[in-house]
Amino acid sequence: MNINRFLKSSAGHQAVDNSRRSFLKVTAGTSAGLMLGVSFNGSALAQSAATDAALELNAFVSITPDNVVKVLIKHLEMGQGVYTGLATCIAEEMDASWSQVECEHAPANTAKYANLLMGQQGTGGSTAIANSFMQMRQAGAAARSMLVSAAAAQWQVPASEITVSDGILTHGVRSATFGELAIAAAQQPTPNAGSLTLKTPAEFKLIGQENTLRKDVGKHNGTAIYTQDVKLPGMLTAVVAHSPRFGGKVKSFDAGAALARQGVRQVFEIDSGIAVLATDYWSATKGRELLSIEWDDSAAETRGTADILQQYRGLVDTAGAVAETHGNAEQTLAQSADVTELVFEYPYLAHAQMEPMNCVAQVNGTSAEMWYGCQSASGDQAAIAQLLGTGIEHVKINTVFAGGGFGRRANPVSDYVLEAVRIARQVQGTPVKLVWSREDDMQAGYYRPAYVHKLSASQDADGKPAAIQIRVAGQSIMAGTSLGAMMISNGIDITSVEGLSDMSYDIPERQVELHSPEVGIPVQWWRSVGHTHTAFSKEVFIDALARKAGVDPVVYRLELLKNNPRETAVLKLAAEKAGWGTTQLPAGWGRGVAVHTSFGSTVAEIVDVSVQGNNFKVERVVAAIDCGIAVNPNIVRAQVESAIAYGLSAALADEVTLTAGNVDQTNFHTYRVLRMNAMPSVETHIVPSTNAPSGVGEPGTPPIAPAVANALAAVTGRTFTRLPLKLA
Amino acid sequence: MPYLLTINGQSHEIDVEGDMPLLWVVREQLNLTGTKFGCGMAQCGACTVQIDGVATRTCVLTVADSVGKNIVTIEGLQSPQALAIQNAWVELQVPQCGYCQSGQVVSATTLLEQNSNPSDADIDAAMSGNICRCGTYPRIKAGIKMAAAQFYNAAGAA
Repeated sequence: MNINRFLKSSAGHQAVDNSRRSFLKVTAGTSAGLMLGVSFNGSALAQSAATDAALELNAFVSITPDNVVKVLIKHLEMGQGVYTGLATCIAEEMDASWSQVECEHAPANTAKYANLLMGQQGTGGSTAIANSFMQMRQAGAAARSMLVSAAAAQWQVPASEITVSDGILTHGVRSATFGELAIAAAQQPTPNAGSLTLKTPAEFKLIGQENTLRKDVGKHNGTAIYTQDVKLPGMLTAVVAHSPRFGGKVKSFDAGAALARQGVRQVFEIDSGIAVLATDYWSATKGRELLSIEWDDSAAETRGTADILQQYRGLVDTAGAVAETHGNAEQTLAQSADVTELVFEYPYLAHAQMEPMNCVAQVNGTSAEMWYGCQSASGDQAAIAQLLGTGIEHVKINTVFAGGGFGRRANPVSDYVLEAVRIARQVQGTPVKLVWSREDDMQAGYYRPAYVHKLSASQDADGKPAAIQIRVAGQSIMAGTSLGAMMISNGIDITSVEGLSDMSYDIPERQVELHSPEVGIPVQWWRSVGHTHTAFSKEVFIDALARKAGVDPVVYRLELLKNNPRETAVLKLAAEKAGWGTTQLPAGWGRGVAVHTSFGSTVAEIVDVSVQGNNFKVERVVAAIDCGIAVNPNIVRAQVESAIAYGLSAALADEVTLTAGNVDQTNFHTYRVLRMNAMPSVETHIVPSTNAPSGVGEPGTPPIAPAVANALAAVTGRTFTRLPLKLA
Repeated sequence: MPYLLTINGQSHEIDVEGDMPLLWVVREQLNLTGTKFGCGMAQCGACTVQIDGVATRTCVLTVADSVGKNIVTIEGLQSPQALAIQNAWVELQVPQCGYCQSGQVVSATTLLEQNSNPSDADIDAAMSGNICRCGTYPRIKAGIKMAAAQFYNAAGAA
């Protein structure tokens, strides 16, 4: 049956205007921060443009006559489980059978698919579930209501007498599947948000349960499609020779030998270097090797990381912009006879996601179509439109799975995306797949910035911190980006000091200062952003103060968290599950703890390490998390495991260094990341909660490095203030 | 010049340069895109396939050196061990971003075909060439053990 034709002939409706279907209204605040009302204006009888045979009930839910519930996912699935999480909320309120639910990425459309905590369509900040928990449930409830209305009309019975369970509507002896009612349901008027009744947590059948297998399928058998796998008729593959130094420009180049090579079709200069287009990746990359390029480094960053860190060490000895102040910490410290002072150092970090950056673009005049793992739909769409001098409605983005992201794909200046468009517009009408090699990816910048921190504290007669002064020096991630206006005020980029300026420990006098020097190395957020470094300084420093006070580190923290029941509960749970203070460790082993709150969630981690000579191994991690309602506990555990592995990799090995402006690392033999043989066992405990969901993808990362450092301190008696951690 | 390759039980005549890595033949000439490009220098394992039953990195194996070998990609895995691994991957929800998982599955399958009861140390040794930046290592290990239990118990071993 041709559903499109049926709909047109029977109902006579035209495709529903986009503007009439933008239905998000932000209403009164609740403990979740946002209460989302959904109002569905106009008929829900939808054009079935996105999914050929599916009948659209609202912007997120369609049903096919063969009984598939299709859910459009407004966030990028990059492993964090958004397909499953968002679909769970919809299926819950729809009373759909989990097995009939299928997911696909929503198109770029800010009006329909904005992240409600960002105001634009994008994925990040561990907000996917937090911003859409109510919105998805309301979309599911609205779809259910339309199905019930359709059944009521067809069966001539009151809607209130119809029950829905597992994708079946029932009244007495009559029953129907969602698919059987799809066409009729799509013709029902859309319900008012106020008429929808959502379930109470006690009624949940999917949310919080373990019986929801992931919906990002095909990853166990190679059928899942990533950008790298996109193939279009006539497509060329492009590689780019980038400047070896950041800020370098092409002075001159000779493409003769490259153009003479088999498979190479075109070579030309773009803003970011020299592009080589070929029929396939191997020809493109071999062609690139034949280029002869002279670079102009007059505006390039030519310093090395040793020079930069030396500058930062000087900066933390001077006053910076004040990010937070309470009392007069500086004066108290000046008058104190015994001040503990530690200087911490953090390297640049690459994201090193498994799929090197890539992007498929096709440009026709002033319109573009894109295929890639798009993390910032609104930002990328606007940047592409601006580049092409066109409107965002002429930029179509098809989002596919991303092979990891960890922040990298949400580039604030759409770096790799615009590079693809700049190439594609030179070969009008021809689709171009831009592929970065691992070396390109590793050396392209947009790193987690390097930082130096100095922490100084005095202690009272009981050993508790009386005054603390913290100075942070490092590049601002937000400066020069579209988010700068929102994230920087009075010279303070909040992401440089988050986790320190808002620390939970009750310290009477405190001051946090920031230096944000300009350096010509591109920087960007990296899983857990500022907390990647602030949590380490805070948690290692607190441990050092506890040792000085002669107090157990867990007991010491609990004393300072008396006004914070949430961190107290999480820390106590982790300590109990790990057997803190109750189990004996083998000789040469040590146990360390850290607790930190980020992205609305609190995570405590307790780590056991074994030390042999100058080597150590992280043997076991016990984690506890309070993330509000755990929509999918299995994915919450998986994300905590993942966040720990990612943070542990940085704790043990990750480090980008530059010598005279050149990045020293090229691939995984020099940028060493965590492998199976260094992975500890991980046990995650979720604090039961009825609070609105908060972040899960990132909050597990900040505590791991300080917990390992504190465990090493327990064995060695030394305090570790540099990452990556080294015993010698 | 043309090279005759046997991939997933089928013969393919491929006309490419002899130094082209097998990875690009599989992905771009034959459209078997389950095998992934991750590093290009045998450091990450995303490109792993079985060559004559041995887990092999195809990003550094030339097409010329692949002639006459029995090449099995993720798309062609059929052994009971492969099925058991893939079932365990789904049941334990091992993959996250999934980009490395074809390589992980091929390496895990190969391990299990050679050793029906791998120890933790055996698993570490066989799997440490496959990087997973999502850190699914604990679930990979659990998945291998879950799959192994079928063969170990079926063999009647104590």
